[in-house]
Amino acid sequence: MTELTGGLWELLFKGVWVTVQLTVFGAALGAFVAFVVGVARTNRLWVVRFLSGLYMEIFRGTSALVLMFWVFFVLPVAFGWQLVPMWAAVLALGLTYGAYGSEIVRGAIAAVPAAQHEAGIALSFSPWQRLVKITLPQAWPGMIPPANNLLIELLKGTALVSVLGVGDIAFGASLVRNALGDSAPVYTIILVMYFVLAFLITRGMRALERQAKAGLGQKPEKGAGVLRKLSGRQQSEVSRDLSSAGGA
Amino acid sequence: MQWDWSAVGDFMPRFWDGVLTTLQALVFGSLIAFALGLVWALAQRSSLKVVRWPVTAVTEFIRNTPLLVQLFFLYFVLPEWNVTFSALTTGIIGLGLHYSTYTAEVYRAGIDGVPAGQWEACTALSLPRARTWLAVILPQAIRRVVPALGNYVIAMLKDSPMIATIGALDMLGQARQFSAITFLPTEPITVVGIAFILIAYPASLLMRALERRLVR
Repeated sequence: MTELTGGLWELLFKGVWVTVQLTVFGAALGAFVAFVVGVARTNRLWVVRFLSGLYMEIFRGTSALVLMFWVFFVLPVAFGWQLVPMWAAVLALGLTYGAYGSEIVRGAIAAVPAAQHEAGIALSFSPWQRLVKITLPQAWPGMIPPANNLLIELLKGTALVSVLGVGDIAFGASLVRNALGDSAPVYTIILVMYFVLAFLITRGMRALERQAKAGLGQKPEKGAGVLRKLSGRQQSEVSRDLSSAGGA
Repeated sequence: MQWDWSAVGDFMPRFWDGVLTTLQALVFGSLIAFALGLVWALAQRSSLKVVRWPVTAVTEFIRNTPLLVQLFFLYFVLPEWNVTFSALTTGIIGLGLHYSTYTAEVYRAGIDGVPAGQWEACTALSLPRARTWLAVILPQAIRRVVPALGNYVIAMLKDSPMIATIGALDMLGQARQFSAITFLPTEPITVVGIAFILIAYPASLLMRALERRLVR
């Protein structure tokens, strides 16, 4: 078996950095889209609700990989917009996963008791104040567990960009594979790398959830066994989150 | 923006071939995912730690790593071990294996949702274990999770173009090949994108309707 030299490891770790960047920027754009679309879906005007629902159905309905091909190959030819590959990838990821995230935001807002909303009206808060000071702070902790699952889907989705030549982990792996002429070690290594990244995301989101729940005066759930800690995602959420899962 | 309807017309024969391949991958991938997922779910409930732990670890690992990389792994590493499949078969195995780890969670939630009284009734009637599972628990559990399983079939549909990256000629694979020959990427890729929405949206409406009927 051929050994991975220092240079080849460097390729992989450069890929890790690109994957992390893609995940962070994709998540930032996705979160922005999710909040805008998710809040718009609770709007009073039916036009706003309809347009945001249309956006959600279109971007959830199509495949992220096909959308990425479209951004990479069709936008430049059809509209003359040539984006830097990295940003084209972030755009495609953010728009797709933002559409999934909008359902999380909408669901969490719907779960806030109606009395809170009515109290805001009774105290003559403006709609914006109601949203920012009453609804969102209470909806926020409920969004975190499903958002964790979605973030892991996003992390997995970033691997798609390697097909289009952005130098992420999977792209680095294909270079290393060509150099070594041996696939098993390098693909095993990068699968472990992705798993570690997913694990770090889960740890981070759990910490965020504890903090968010403490902010509302709620205590976090206890009793996580070793297996549950090992597990990448939050099991209790699976049944609620079914409709929004997958789709990379 | 230039749009050439004749290019759409030229792409159509390939497109239908691609649809057929995509549906093939979807059907066989789903069958593998449904069967294997049930195996994982039952193994995770085993009383033996030797069974439970490795299965949980493996399914967590598969679920938290990208399908694309798993496909590359299967496509490049298996031949090194002298196991060779076609691109489509590799894709089907990859899709099925990846989504089996999701369906395992669905089955698990379904089994957990069966009321404890049902288990107790089986004990009271001293039904053998096989009969408890096959005649009492699984029929109730699976009925509840049909819509959730359907949602994963839709998710699998949207992940299926990944098999084009290992050379299977599904919808996206055909579009890529067509644009490589004609240098016209706009029409085939747009057609494929719209086709996904046209298949996925009615399917998700169907699942929502099923959910209202089956899950009470």
